[in-house]
Amino acid sequence: MAEPLLDLRGLQTHFQTFGGLVKAVDGVSFNVKAGEIVGLVGESGGGKSVIGFSILGLVDPPGRIAGGEIRFDGRDISKLGEREMRNVRGRDIAMVFQDPMTSLNPVYTIGRQMDEVLRLHTNLDEAARRTRCIRMLEDVGISGAESRLDAYPHQFSGGMRQRVVIAIALLAGSRLIIADEPTTALDVTVQSQILKLMRRQVQETGAAMILITHDLAVVSEMADRVVVLYCGKVVERGLTEEVIRSPAHPYTRGLLDSIPRITDRQRRLRQIPGTVPDIRTLGAGCSFRGRCAHAQPLCAERSPELVPVRGSLDAACHFPLQEAL
Amino acid sequence: MLGYTIKRLLQMVLVLFVVSIIVFLMMSFTGDPVFMVIPIDSTQAEIEQARRLLGLDQSLFSQYWIFLSNLLQGDFGRSYVFRQPAMDLILERLPATMEMVLVAMAFATLIAIPLGVYAGANPNRTASRGIMAASLFGISLPGFWVGMMLIYFFSVRHPFLPSSGRGETIEILGLRLSIFTADGWSHILLPAVTLALATLAIILRITRAGMMEVMRQDYIRFARAKGASRTHILFAHGLKNALIPVVTIFGLQLGDLIAFATITETIFAWPGTGKLLIDSIYRGDRPVIVVYLMLTAFIFVVINFLVDIVYTVIDPRITVK
Repeated sequence: MAEPLLDLRGLQTHFQTFGGLVKAVDGVSFNVKAGEIVGLVGESGGGKSVIGFSILGLVDPPGRIAGGEIRFDGRDISKLGEREMRNVRGRDIAMVFQDPMTSLNPVYTIGRQMDEVLRLHTNLDEAARRTRCIRMLEDVGISGAESRLDAYPHQFSGGMRQRVVIAIALLAGSRLIIADEPTTALDVTVQSQILKLMRRQVQETGAAMILITHDLAVVSEMADRVVVLYCGKVVERGLTEEVIRSPAHPYTRGLLDSIPRITDRQRRLRQIPGTVPDIRTLGAGCSFRGRCAHAQPLCAERSPELVPVRGSLDAACHFPLQEAL
Repeated sequence: MLGYTIKRLLQMVLVLFVVSIIVFLMMSFTGDPVFMVIPIDSTQAEIEQARRLLGLDQSLFSQYWIFLSNLLQGDFGRSYVFRQPAMDLILERLPATMEMVLVAMAFATLIAIPLGVYAGANPNRTASRGIMAASLFGISLPGFWVGMMLIYFFSVRHPFLPSSGRGETIEILGLRLSIFTADGWSHILLPAVTLALATLAIILRITRAGMMEVMRQDYIRFARAKGASRTHILFAHGLKNALIPVVTIFGLQLGDLIAFATITETIFAWPGTGKLLIDSIYRGDRPVIVVYLMLTAFIFVVINFLVDIVYTVIDPRITVK
């Protein structure tokens, strides 16, 4: 198999805070192949977004990348200088943010904000850039695209703005799109439209995508593979189908069980007991053990390694769940 | 837009009317101006005659009525002291004040905004803390002290800049200006710096506060994710969003400096309107003071109007109605 487009190897992103060192991302490894959608799943505070920002080199002090490699297309981009990194951002790797209401600059027109990407990363002349912006807006489903170029963000609804943000992300033909909770801030009806749009765009352009979300339902619809994060570590990864059907890690099981189902309306929704532990005070052992029904004395002594369990599944658990029948 | 402009014009007329009443009333409490214009050894008859000549024998109400009706005919009254139209006296000195103030404002803005942007974008750097500490001096040091210190260092100890007057002027479009001569510049430098210091510090602090707020926004991160350069992000994406309060303060300071550069003009013997105002107050020259303060109100109203227009240019979400 060809080398993956993106290969994270033991990524460490740490934040130095007054309360101590926060290992927001603690030795995360996974890869993304060209044309593939990888779902990055976990609860809030699990380090998902930080991974996205780390890849783009947008972690601000007091945070820093403390170790590991971010190999994109064969080279470690985590070691690049700011100037070189600027050529990666927006051109090789683009990002879609969580809240479309705030990710567009309120004082510039949509057209100008789109044009900015093309001015930075292509040699097209003004007319060609404009044509491309109009076509891109049409591609993301904005009607009357030409007149819309002169509109300001506040003249768009949330869903429309997210379409614009996606258009901007796709504009320069990036090979990797990092989508950080792209639908969380949107109405449910708009959510599925946006997801379909993103999947179609990825398929058409052959780009790869990292879909960061807390919503396993979204992942199961969209992603080819899933990486489940807990307290900055990968606890499980594998093909979406296998992870959804029969996860090996109790945390993934818990996440799956807490998705409401229309068929068992009568029952109380299951949830994972407890809360995410304080990431600064994690000692030895598995960080999920306090909330895990299957925890044994061993779990408090040694933290489990991420190892192959069965099929495509790797899990970091001393006592992985058996395959469901 | 036209409706808005008309509304603002009507507002302005009202403001000027109120200002004229207030100033007229206040001036009547400050003593009898007739004693300011007559020689000390005048007889009672001469005093009465002067009073009649100046119209001071009539009631305050009819004095105001004469003033107002003359005003509507374009006559702003005559100075008791100079026996010249008060408006001409002021307009003659206005270019001197304007050029000093504009140089001061340009100086303040050009330094304050880049420093404010830097300090706001990098609040934890030592340089930023230094800038903020220095700005406190700008705010708290009184202008008259700064002016005297500048004169001491640059005119007395190391005499390379003159300490008083406007220097050589040339006439352009009927205005006597000194910013087009080298000698004029050497004269304008010290008073302009004195005048600029406080404004510089205020604009700097406002810019920094705005930038600190703006730099936390998602669209800044999104711009970075597009691969935009740091300078572009700071000045195009950041500053434009932080500019509304800066423009507000700029407008207020501009009006304030034009109207009340009195102290600086006095220290540097700058022949501007501020000096005329203070002299007129000493001499009880009521017509000049009234016209001066009305002109000041007019300038403030115009500046505020322009500031409102600039708001709409900066932020498309703001519209005038």
